Amino acid sequence: MAAILKGIVATSVLSSSSDFVPKGVQLPSLKSLPVSERKGGFLVDGSDAKVVPVSNARARSAGRLVAANAVAAEKSAASTASKTGGHELLLFEALREGLEEEMDRDPRVCVMGEDVGHYGGSYKVTKGLAKKYGDLRVLDTPIAENSFTGMAVGAAMTGLRPIVEGMNMGFLLLAFNQISNNCGMLHYTSGGQFKIPIVIRGPGGVGRQLGAEHSQRLESYFQSIPGIQMVACSTPYNAKGLMKAAIRSENPVILFEHVLLYNLKERIPDEEYVLSLEEAEMVRPGEHVTILTYSRMRYHVMQAAKTLVNKGYDPEVIDIRSLKPFDLYTIGNSVKKTHRVLIVEECMRTGGIGASLTAAINENFHDYLDAPVVCLSSQDVPTPYAGTLEEWTVVQPAQIVTAVEQLCR
Amino acid sequence: MSSAFPAMKILQPLSTTRSPEKPLFDLLKSPSSFLGSASKLRFNAQKPSPSSSYSSSCHRPSTIVAVSDVVKEKKTLKSNSSLSNLLITKEEGLELYEDMVLGRAFEDMCAQMYYRGKMFGFVHLYNGQEAVSTGFIKLLKQEDYVCSTYRDHVHALSKGVPARAVMSELFGKTTGCCRGQGGSMHMFSKEHNLLGGFAFIGEGIPVATGAAFTSKYRREVLKEAGCDSVTLAFFGDGTCNNGQFFECLNMAALWKLPIVFVVENNLWAIGMSHLRATSDPEIWKKGPAFGMPGVHVDGMDVLKVREVAKEAIARARRGEGPTLVECETYRFRGHSLADPDELRDPAEKARYSARDPITALKKYMIENNLVNEAELKAIERRIDEVIEDAVEFGDKSPLPSRSQLLENVFADPKGFGIGPDGKYRCEDPKFTEGTAHV
Repeated sequence: MAAILKGIVATSVLSSSSDFVPKGVQLPSLKSLPVSERKGGFLVDGSDAKVVPVSNARARSAGRLVAANAVAAEKSAASTASKTGGHELLLFEALREGLEEEMDRDPRVCVMGEDVGHYGGSYKVTKGLAKKYGDLRVLDTPIAENSFTGMAVGAAMTGLRPIVEGMNMGFLLLAFNQISNNCGMLHYTSGGQFKIPIVIRGPGGVGRQLGAEHSQRLESYFQSIPGIQMVACSTPYNAKGLMKAAIRSENPVILFEHVLLYNLKERIPDEEYVLSLEEAEMVRPGEHVTILTYSRMRYHVMQAAKTLVNKGYDPEVIDIRSLKPFDLYTIGNSVKKTHRVLIVEECMRTGGIGASLTAAINENFHDYLDAPVVCLSSQDVPTPYAGTLEEWTVVQPAQIVTAVEQLCR
Repeated sequence: MSSAFPAMKILQPLSTTRSPEKPLFDLLKSPSSFLGSASKLRFNAQKPSPSSSYSSSCHRPSTIVAVSDVVKEKKTLKSNSSLSNLLITKEEGLELYEDMVLGRAFEDMCAQMYYRGKMFGFVHLYNGQEAVSTGFIKLLKQEDYVCSTYRDHVHALSKGVPARAVMSELFGKTTGCCRGQGGSMHMFSKEHNLLGGFAFIGEGIPVATGAAFTSKYRREVLKEAGCDSVTLAFFGDGTCNNGQFFECLNMAALWKLPIVFVVENNLWAIGMSHLRATSDPEIWKKGPAFGMPGVHVDGMDVLKVREVAKEAIARARRGEGPTLVECETYRFRGHSLADPDELRDPAEKARYSARDPITALKKYMIENNLVNEAELKAIERRIDEVIEDAVEFGDKSPLPSRSQLLENVFADPKGFGIGPDGKYRCEDPKFTEGTAHV
């Protein structure tokens, strides 16, 4: 059931006691609440100038933002979940549910990848689908990423709607030629004659001691490719919604999943819903600082937010979801409110999503900033195998707390 | 698992055996013509597999004979030579001739236009290879797919893209087949099912495999019984050392996709001789390694190519899977208009000029009394007019305006995202002007 969060700020954050939420842990879903305004004020304690946020008893708004003009039609199912109940599932099941609904809806939707068929997918996202739809619709490919991605491009050009699964996102480096040259470019170089409604998805990110090559974050490599969209899911709710949106989109979309998030559990609506590919998600409104994040780092941020709230801060947390293009409306509104920005990402420091986001914010909202944009990224280091080293490669909640404290000084 | 494929009959065009001391290909030394041209080829058609969903008759093996051989034979025959012995009818002959002349004249005009500064960048001309394009593509239906490489002008023309559209595209005008956005190396046509035009070698082969996959999918999943589109993938000898080639041979054979892999082996990848790049230069042999027939054919002889193509395409249409066809051919010009073409031996070039496919077909048709000189001249004149018209059309066409800059980046322009004002970027009026900030 969705927890209705009221009143005191301190209790109203997603809690997670470790880096990732262990299997079976249920996260209270903020997204199931009706969007409402948060009224509050600030008490400024004159003696040490510490800002203590005070809010009255109001449900926190979360989930879908209310973007005035730009919102694509979204079924407002989430707001009714608390009333009708919805159903609980894990993130990988949510992905599968979205996939299955779209495959039922449109017979041109098909899946291609290694071990997606009989094996059910290495992370079980396609489990049972081959039995239901057959070996051609859920195609087990040989180990030839470049070629089967190109094959998916050709199939998309000639009328199908394929979904390519990279068993691990890192394997798609082998398909870079096809993703960059063909996926991204063919609609343009053909003068608009051919469209490529393809979805490329797979698990990426730093896992649990998987070693350098299985711990890659490809979003930074792909972001420059013109003609593609990139989204990252982080909860079962947005995983299903983004999967469906990506499949329905006429553009090539890369959907980034995270190895450690597949077992998140959440209650999602029974009714059908599709999210917008271009919009960010307001996770926790606040007043003091805007924290922009995506994918797994969302949970590190929320864990840090717990600490921050106890210390008297009021961070606004936004899961940007759309890595390319950025939702500058949601982000901009937040910057205009808080005047301080912290980006927390798992990408490498150099040339990562955070780097692009910093540039975009500086370019568009410079006048609203009271401090330089701070970006916390993973170290520019091939992810080490040793657990301790691996932990120091990615951003940890303690660092986020420190960064906010410094930013808000 | 799929049923075992029928036994492959591998064509063995060479009677010479290969020894370590004597290289198989020794073109500079041996005065004999390039392998395959003088020998008879026997292509034994596959028996239809029991799982094939198409009814098919048994196939008699047909003997493909070199044009030059036929000419030698026919010289002695006089009025009692019957037309039914010939490989083509008059109409077919005229069609083939016209297509090849169109290709040749177009490419020659491209060279002229390039040196006059009307087109730029990398332009790769097809002179000398017309028999392959005409021999294969003229057998296709509109709904069949062709996937090419950067040497794609003539594939586009053979597939039916109007010369005007291709020339305009080369001039970078908005009336080009890709609105001027693709250029020489990226010819696309949805109407004629031309899937490109690819600048990197090998990257079109998976796309072609995908089109063949769609054809199979439509038949078997979407239950469109009438769908039997075949895809032709054209690529060169250099590409045959690329991973994508092998990966796609595997997948196509594995799933019995309706595709024909056509290798235009012109012996040179820019300045890299095929023999210096390839451990086993006989590319057709690589087909059976993946479970499909490998056929070798003289690519300077349009009638031979056509006979092989007929069977390969029919095989794919019947659902029996892919074929690898290696066409030995030659490009009379350099790799591109920027290539000084200094490495190739003039003697080699002279040998091939003597086997010009257009001259050969002309000779065949005249000596078999299929046509007379006047009819062929009429075709040539008509083609000249078509080319002149194409150039004029290209000249008069407008250059793309600024508004075209952002238009086709995304099929759904919402992909440019939401701007700070809350509106989608594509809703910005400046977007259609091409000046919006994205």
